Amino acid sequence: MMTLAKRQQPSHFWVYLSPLLAIALTLATGSLLFALLDVDPLHALTTFFITPLSDTFGVGELLIKSTPILLCALGLSLCYRAGIWNIGAEGQLIAGSISTTLIALAFIDSNTGFSLPLALLAGMLGGAVFAGIAALLKYQFNTNEILTTIMLNYIAYHLLQWGVHGPLRDPNGFNFPESALFDANTILPILLDGTRAHLGVLFTPIVLVLTWVLLSKSFAGFQIETLGLSPLSARMAGFSSKKIGYSVFLLSGALAGLAGAIEVTGPIGQLVPQVSPGYGFAAIIVAFLGRLHPVGIMLAGLLMGLIHLGGELVQLELGLPKSITGIFQGLLLFYLLSCDVFIQYRLTTQPGGLLHPKKTQKVT
Amino acid sequence: MDLDFFSAILSATIRTGTPLLLVALGEMLVEKSGVLNLGQEGMLLIGAVAGFIAASQSDSLVLGFMAAIAGGIGMAFIFAIVTLFLNANQIATGLALTIFGVGLSAFLGADYEGKTIAGLTKTPIPLLSDIPFIGALFFDHDVIVYVSWTLFIGMWLLFKKSTLGLNIRAVGENPDAANAIGINVIPLRFALVLVGGALAGLAGGYLSLVYTPLWTEDMSAGRGWIALAIVVFASWKATRVLLGAYLFGFASILHLAAQGMGVNLSANLLAMLPYVATIVVLVILSRNKLKLQLSEPLALAKPWRKE
Repeated sequence: MMTLAKRQQPSHFWVYLSPLLAIALTLATGSLLFALLDVDPLHALTTFFITPLSDTFGVGELLIKSTPILLCALGLSLCYRAGIWNIGAEGQLIAGSISTTLIALAFIDSNTGFSLPLALLAGMLGGAVFAGIAALLKYQFNTNEILTTIMLNYIAYHLLQWGVHGPLRDPNGFNFPESALFDANTILPILLDGTRAHLGVLFTPIVLVLTWVLLSKSFAGFQIETLGLSPLSARMAGFSSKKIGYSVFLLSGALAGLAGAIEVTGPIGQLVPQVSPGYGFAAIIVAFLGRLHPVGIMLAGLLMGLIHLGGELVQLELGLPKSITGIFQGLLLFYLLSCDVFIQYRLTTQPGGLLHPKKTQKVT
Repeated sequence: MDLDFFSAILSATIRTGTPLLLVALGEMLVEKSGVLNLGQEGMLLIGAVAGFIAASQSDSLVLGFMAAIAGGIGMAFIFAIVTLFLNANQIATGLALTIFGVGLSAFLGADYEGKTIAGLTKTPIPLLSDIPFIGALFFDHDVIVYVSWTLFIGMWLLFKKSTLGLNIRAVGENPDAANAIGINVIPLRFALVLVGGALAGLAGGYLSLVYTPLWTEDMSAGRGWIALAIVVFASWKATRVLLGAYLFGFASILHLAAQGMGVNLSANLLAMLPYVATIVVLVILSRNKLKLQLSEPLALAKPWRKE
């Protein structure tokens, strides 16, 4: 009988193997799902994961999809490393898109060059303020950040609906719930001809390097790590958990806000009722799948972008619902969390494991 | 404001509060044993879609509710395996359950999107429902409302009067000690997680078969999360869960009440009310750190295994 036994040391091998195994298991379950739906699994998986990347346009689309996910995930990884459960990237992204729109609409007729950087900064500010609310609630009133950030997600969503149906609606837009199209000066320029890849995709590598430096090469990163691993040690060392907490909240909010700013000044070009198809939630999975490490997050983020892109394509080509993306996302996280058991435990045929514990021995 | 309007508001509050009450009672039970299941929103949605599909296919609301409950249990089963046997982080697993449930329910319900069904109607209790005001308030509801009250009384008795309730609390406060006196910690937690899933599934069925009654993607609109906040608000006490569920039920229909009283505010802004109310209540409740720590089960969300 196979059982699980606690390892003396956590396994580094499994730290890396577990995400790969989780991806493989997700693909296997996906094939099964496609087979159940009477779709040739090989054809479906090819449509999902290979076809989108077969031309330059597709690669551009992948970069566009991955950019907001990666920006959110890199921000969230800072929070999660500090042991703070910020689930609010979606709301912070929406808040960023709204504040960017305010600037973009203010500059709609003026022909200036600085409206774009100003709009992006406004987005970062909007996201940071929104995350700041959650930080304030946590550190001034001791409220659970999981619940408050979730509630703020819903509040941001309704704020967006109010905006596009009310004050931000295009007065010449035949009553459609959309803002006016932004001026060309407030739109991110296209990077590659023949694609929709815009200047915004270049922000990700910059943020990636900065996050890596912050986490691996700075004292602040050490403080974040310490707080996350052992709040007590952080306190003994004299690190202020409040200061670190506010910093990571505001930083991750600013990055999610930037993601929102990039969406409305990039591929969308105006404020619409549905700014994000759940990028903020996908980012949570990406942060974990990437092991909270910038390089891992980059790989996981590209995969997640591909899942979003592939989901749209199977909808178009095979007529399957787009929500299949959500199923893949959920499965991925389940399998990852399950495979992670092997980091701390190993399979053994000896008794004394997790599933079949040894009877308590008498103390002599 | 006349009495009829007041009575209609209270009646609507109970209808709106019922799914919250069911989910919150289930989650309270689970949290009392030291397990935090953040997947309520996912279980609700699976319950809602399973109930709706089964009822549409079979034309039987009873089968619909059974499917809703089974859907909730199925989801809870995944959570129980991953957290209790594979010792995964409960917070992350709960989030995964919600993300999975949102996706799977949208997928399963794609063909039913926006469709309606003849929902469950009221079952007034003879004679009692004829009493003015009180009759309309307590004895003129659908069956599930009465079920939710029975469950509430059961939960209250469980933790006030029974040994099982005491065992559950022991497991939630100190699993090592509970294990030492011979309580089977993991099987007990496993069973409670499944019961919690059943209640969330039933609540989902209430949404799609009674409350609206239709199926639409994401129709739970954060009720699973609000129910989690209600458990904190209630300091893990059944009577306050009841109070909290109806308080939030009232906050959710406040915009209807406001419109009835002639208040003119954007529907989109009023839709924020339940979420804002949740935050406000959490702030008021959490300010006293010591009190919160004392009422929260000590072993909440801490993975445990038999040594």
